[in-house]
Amino acid sequence: MQPDSTHQLSISVAAGKGGTGKTLVATSMALALDAEQPGTVQLLDCDVEEPNAHLLLQPDITAQEKVEVLVPEVDLDLCTRCGDCAKVCQFSAIAVIRQAVLTFHDLCAGCGACAWVCPTNAITEVKRHVGTVRDGTAAEGRISFTDGYLNIGDQRAGPVTTVVKDRIDPQKISILDAPPGTACPMQDTVEGTDYCILVTEPTPFGLSNLKDAVLTCRRIGVPCGVVINRDGVGDDGVDKYCESDGIEILLRIPQDRRIAEAYSRGDTLTDAFAQWRQPLVDVVRHIEQLVAVTPT
Amino acid sequence: MLVQGTSRLSEASISTDAQVADMSFSPIQMTVVSGKGGTGKTTVVGSLAALAEKKVLADCDVDAANLYQIVSPTVLESGDFLGMQIPVRDEDLCIRCGKCEEVCRFDAITVEAVNELSCEGCGFCALVCPVDALQMQSISCGEWHRADTRFGPLVYARLIPGAESSGRLVTMVRQKAEDVALQQQLPLILIDGAPGIGCVATAAITGTDLCLVVTEPSLSGIHDMERVGDLIAHFGVPMAVIINKADINQENSARIRSYCEQRGIELLAELPYDESVTEAMAEGVPLIEHQDGPVVAGIRQAWSRLEQLLNL
Repeated sequence: MQPDSTHQLSISVAAGKGGTGKTLVATSMALALDAEQPGTVQLLDCDVEEPNAHLLLQPDITAQEKVEVLVPEVDLDLCTRCGDCAKVCQFSAIAVIRQAVLTFHDLCAGCGACAWVCPTNAITEVKRHVGTVRDGTAAEGRISFTDGYLNIGDQRAGPVTTVVKDRIDPQKISILDAPPGTACPMQDTVEGTDYCILVTEPTPFGLSNLKDAVLTCRRIGVPCGVVINRDGVGDDGVDKYCESDGIEILLRIPQDRRIAEAYSRGDTLTDAFAQWRQPLVDVVRHIEQLVAVTPT
Repeated sequence: MLVQGTSRLSEASISTDAQVADMSFSPIQMTVVSGKGGTGKTTVVGSLAALAEKKVLADCDVDAANLYQIVSPTVLESGDFLGMQIPVRDEDLCIRCGKCEEVCRFDAITVEAVNELSCEGCGFCALVCPVDALQMQSISCGEWHRADTRFGPLVYARLIPGAESSGRLVTMVRQKAEDVALQQQLPLILIDGAPGIGCVATAAITGTDLCLVVTEPSLSGIHDMERVGDLIAHFGVPMAVIINKADINQENSARIRSYCEQRGIELLAELPYDESVTEAMAEGVPLIEHQDGPVVAGIRQAWSRLEQLLNL
């Protein structure tokens, strides 16, 4: 999706390392923007393994949708135990052992190849519930809110993330809170957004994971910039890296025990410290210019 | 490796010493997870690495591996990790019939191109191609390393940024760590896990003997600990808890205590908030080699209890 006048900005907030402050930045940014331009913001929590944005925004949840994927069900009367299904399955999700046919639905990607290859049409695809997507509003109805919950024991976050992202409203500025790491769940979130804010801490762990996150953004083709959280701890490795690699540092949030305490209670940066509102809005305005989205 | 859903620890605790001695050698496996990221998993693992005498270290947070940075590894052996297969098209053979595009449920292929990021590697496209123009080929998704450190052997891996198959890479790291433990007769595999509850975290939890959850007293920390706690219980693995930064919110720390009490989960230690913890990281050493304050005292206390729990 290329930004143009028909859709508003979408910003993903990611980080290689966990616990650097993604959710704090994403929710604070949503509240800061809403305070300036009420009703123009939506927040999508795409960390469906561990969704936390609701703890800070306290949304009213008004709807829930089950996320289902297709998995194979075998009719043993029709099945000839030929084993073709097991041969084509790349995920070891179906096995034929003598007279038994075993399916492992938690491993299934839902590609449908087993049903297609079955010579006797013994395989039917049935729906399996893998997660839930919730919709609602925060900030007294002004911020549209969506998050997703992957079911415990289900390993594939992708289908749930996809449904959360389907809720992107092109008429609103969308802020997507991404899961940590640089593997599929993070990529699924960042892909297709206009810009990715990478929140890091200025430590060697933060730096090494930031580098991977930058490479991932470049591979996906989404421009990125950095927010340094807990600025003042650690060392100057992140600063040096950003300078030498031409990565813009968008904002610095200092190390401050009071911010950590506020977060622990479920308060955002803007709830606890109103002076952060304007700098966060300025970051969004700056990103709008970078990706040349027509401002409203 | 132990069969998913069982735990040797619970069996061992009801066995007599003689029975345990009769069992063929098999290392105990402990994984450190958190649900929420950044609660201090690797900091705890680094110090446990210095405290535990005979063990193999396995960093299974393959898309954000950090343990290697504080244990000064000397790499002895490395290898490519061939993860999923993706389709490669022979443009001369392709008749642009569009069958591949029709069957793909991940929007990963059109008659023009393959989108590697969306591809799940199922091979359905190659299967339906009437002229065999699509061949599935393995792609390198990362690399693994076996190293020596002053704390003992370490196996770790790095997923190529943007690559997939991370759960399988975790399984590979664990297998290699187990090989090292068996060869060198080391009784413990200490696994640094990933945040979340998806495939990366799950692959580090299944079939282990104990999961140590490092949490923090924030609403997110509690919420995520409860979800990973449910996942650990789902796989029948015993669980213990360390609260990091416990004094940042006493009320929430009390909630974590009562969660542990209600579930019969042992709370091993409460570590205070300490900004100097990151200094050790910047120095590239485990915290325990940098200072000996209250945080380290708490980790020592946790370790002495873990030794009992793990029958070491």
